Amino acid sequence: MEVTVTINGDSHSHDVEPRTLLVHYIRDVVGLTGTNIGCDTSSCGACTIHVNGESVKSCTMLAVQADGQDLLTIEGLADGDVLHPMQESFRQCHALQCGYCTPGMVMAAVSLLDENPDPTEREVRIGLEGNLCRCTGYHNIVKAVLHCAEASS
Amino acid sequence: MIPAAFDYIRAGSAEEALAALAEHGDEAKLLAGGHSLLPLMKLRLSTPAVLVDIGRLDDLSYINDAGDHLAIGALTRHRDVETSALVQSQAGLLAEATSHVGDPQVRHRGTIGGSIAHGDPASDLPSVMLAMRATLVARGPGGEREIAVDDFFTGFLETSLGDDELLTEIRVPKMPDATWGFQKFNRRAQDWAIVGVSAIVNNGNSGVGLVNMDSTPVRAAGVEAALAGGASASDAAEAAAEGTNPPSDLNAGPEYREHLARVLTRRALEAAGR
Repeated sequence: MEVTVTINGDSHSHDVEPRTLLVHYIRDVVGLTGTNIGCDTSSCGACTIHVNGESVKSCTMLAVQADGQDLLTIEGLADGDVLHPMQESFRQCHALQCGYCTPGMVMAAVSLLDENPDPTEREVRIGLEGNLCRCTGYHNIVKAVLHCAEASS
Repeated sequence: MIPAAFDYIRAGSAEEALAALAEHGDEAKLLAGGHSLLPLMKLRLSTPAVLVDIGRLDDLSYINDAGDHLAIGALTRHRDVETSALVQSQAGLLAEATSHVGDPQVRHRGTIGGSIAHGDPASDLPSVMLAMRATLVARGPGGEREIAVDDFFTGFLETSLGDDELLTEIRVPKMPDATWGFQKFNRRAQDWAIVGVSAIVNNGNSGVGLVNMDSTPVRAAGVEAALAGGASASDAAEAAAEGTNPPSDLNAGPEYREHLARVLTRRALEAAGR
């Protein structure tokens, strides 16, 4: 089935099997491998991208469901060499260890601040409950999100 | 994990969806937000031959004030329910429970109708439907019919919806002055409830629904009867597990679930001011 999506501002069209998961389409067909596959069961959030501006787990969506939609992946966040404020905050606050959860964590955090620009620490922790960091580096991740919110206000 | 192959039909209208269901019968499954169905398909626990995607039927995504009740389109996303000022003011229990479904990403895709039509006893929202005595509206080849929530859940992941029917609307009685409590016990953020309880008290009438205490979502009828007889929260909560048949899994056996049901029901009733 023909699928046309906009990813990070670029239009992509491909013929895919209906059962193709969106994350496989993004990684294997389009070739954008910044979006990671973690648990593959919509628990860990490593595959989080934005669909029409909202965080979504791309392992639990079919590519055909994304037809005609506007997608943003971690590759589309920075402006050339200038990091997105959330990426910059993750860097400054050392909000990553192994880095595997980081793309999904950053995408979820950007969506969180879009919906709640001035969250409390508790709201950040609850807002990121769909993303797991197996290095258990949550403390600095929360700090980074709060730092980004403060820097943007 | 990749689902087994299926034919995909994108419905452009409710009529198209019903036509596809009429053609393919029980070989077809409806796909809304996909956050209950796709995980089952990836595990190959569900292998429908045809998926009918109703995710773009925007005319079934709405929250309307319909006089004595809220009319909520079946394809309204959890995110839109939880943030709706109308739901928050007229059905606060539903807004609160919805904010505990999955996680933000799940709530951006999952729909109220999909969650209820899935008929999962471990889901949060069916307990709210039971507590608030909601009415479900289904559309089929013979037109529309209303289903009282007590007649809706018929078995594990089974409902009284026919293979040729589409859940279109959820009608939740408006209860602006109600007091309520929602309790969800789990061991990890975002997990299914090991046991959950929705309790609401409105004009002296109470409703209590249980999560994960049987093969279907169930009403705590014993608790409601005790409350009607004037029992205190803690006395009424003693009846929470009566008549239930709780499942056993890695998290808990039946006895522990019965204990949780009593404790959580007491807490929910206390939160509701009983």
